[in-house]
Amino acid sequence: MIAVLKHELSNYFHSFTAYVFGAFLLVFVGIGAMLYNIQSAVSNFEYVLNFVSLVLAIIVPILTMRVIAEERKQKTDQLLYSLPITTSQVVIGKFAALLVVYLIPLLLICIYPYVFSQYGDVYLLTSYGSILAFFVMGAALMAVGMFISSLTENQGFAAGIGVSVILLNYYSVSLAEYVSSTAMGSLIALGVLAMLLGIVIIHLTHNENLGWGISLVLVLTMCVTYHFDSTKFEGLLPDIMTKLSLFERFNTFVYGVFDLSAITYFITVIVFFLFLTVQSLEKRRYN
Amino acid sequence: MISVEHLTKCYGDFMAVNDLSFEIAEGHVYGFLGPNGAGKSTTMNIMTGCLSATEGHVKINGHDIFEEPEKAKKLIGYLPEQPPLYMNETPLEYLKFVGEAKGLCGQELKTEIKQVIEQTKLEGVQNRLISKLSKGYKQRVGIAQALLGNPKVIILDEPTVGLDPIQIIEIRDLIKELGKSHTVIFSSHILSEVQAICEKILIINKGRLVAFDEPQNLEKLMAGANEIVFVTEAAAEEVGEILNQMEDLTDWTTDTGENAITTVHVQTPHDDIHSVCRKLFFAFAAREKAILEMTAKKVSLEEVFIELTESEVEKE
Repeated sequence: MIAVLKHELSNYFHSFTAYVFGAFLLVFVGIGAMLYNIQSAVSNFEYVLNFVSLVLAIIVPILTMRVIAEERKQKTDQLLYSLPITTSQVVIGKFAALLVVYLIPLLLICIYPYVFSQYGDVYLLTSYGSILAFFVMGAALMAVGMFISSLTENQGFAAGIGVSVILLNYYSVSLAEYVSSTAMGSLIALGVLAMLLGIVIIHLTHNENLGWGISLVLVLTMCVTYHFDSTKFEGLLPDIMTKLSLFERFNTFVYGVFDLSAITYFITVIVFFLFLTVQSLEKRRYN
Repeated sequence: MISVEHLTKCYGDFMAVNDLSFEIAEGHVYGFLGPNGAGKSTTMNIMTGCLSATEGHVKINGHDIFEEPEKAKKLIGYLPEQPPLYMNETPLEYLKFVGEAKGLCGQELKTEIKQVIEQTKLEGVQNRLISKLSKGYKQRVGIAQALLGNPKVIILDEPTVGLDPIQIIEIRDLIKELGKSHTVIFSSHILSEVQAICEKILIINKGRLVAFDEPQNLEKLMAGANEIVFVTEAAAEEVGEILNQMEDLTDWTTDTGENAITTVHVQTPHDDIHSVCRKLFFAFAAREKAILEMTAKKVSLEEVFIELTESEVEKE
């Protein structure tokens, strides 16, 4: 694992990736700090992070697109499979390297609230609390990006899908206001999602019975529940969309609340997607 | 050292490897031979843990590759068909990563890297980017990677494909050299190459093992295939009379050419082909018919290969 971590880090710092990522993050945080903290003289550094969080939708996929797709393209994944290290060690090593690359600019950013506090009242606790939350949320987005990278050998494709998935997550709260909140609407939408899940499972496992079976069970369960108690479905879809949004959870920190359940949610997302990445790599051995 | 038991691999309906079993002893060079698509690479990928098997076991020194992958993989160095190289690194950086992943560190890592670089003659290019190296050098970096950690078994998948003749000779010499201290298994579809380096040959076709023996024994496998061609002044009928009285011949054909000279093709299952030549000579001499030319043709590995792989097709 350490070998993979060292190797990945040397890779990031030998190429432009780590520098471009860090520079973009610092530039946008700089612009944010100038607009909010200096020009408008607001003492809350959290607002800057809220402003910058959208930038993550672009720079995280750019950082994560090559992580696994590149290995597949260069056929170096075969080397990783033949080395005496497990797939989990490879995935965790790679993820740790991503975290280091992300942590370096964030450490620089940690100086900002302290500097501002020299010239006025800054709530340092909420500032650092939200920087921590910003780090964990970014890490969750990176885990998602890494999983997407493991699905393809085309880096551009991985980046494109990554950007759209993160943007969809970003806007899901705003979209939630426009989707149907009636019970029937939620039922239909969730039914479609269950079918999509089935298709994804078929794609991953090449097992049609399993994929359609799971979809069918989900759809039937929903129909039965709807039949007995349709009120459960009222407003369910917008509710789920809001709940799933990583960015919405981050906003709690911006409003000055250190929400442990949100941190737990971010960590769950990280673990879940790292697990999926390991499975996606393992699956290549079983195709 | 390596035991492969009832290995089967299916890709959907296609059976790439079909109930393959063999044992490989320590310290020889083994050639893995088969036509394209015979399942050579698939078998090697399974033996090295890069691919799962649908059924069957692979054990390296008693460690199952699927159940104790880390212990088993430590005993293997593998060079896949396409060397798995990071193009934006130098051979030195690349070998350092592979060495660390194989659990080497500190002084041990340095000495091992130095040693494999010397063995594969990479000294001159160790600080150049791999992407800028020629194909031969890339192949050597791939082999160097497989040698790191001093594994007992080295598995090379078509190591000489796409190299120029001088590079091919160098790689073959390297394989021979490695065979002295390691068990080397390498696949190829170039027969002369396998014949030149290997002590034992496995031939597979359509995912099945069709032969596993020393090159000399494989040649013997083809009973009745040794052939003697001679030209005599005797007429075809007389040749028939003489040959009818002789033992050890399975079949012959005669062909009368100009000036009443007969060309005869004789098949014999006898191992010592020269003793048959001798008998023929004296049989004709006794009748005062001169043999003008005589050639003994031993069956080549090439013919064994074609015979074995094609008879397999006929069975189906």
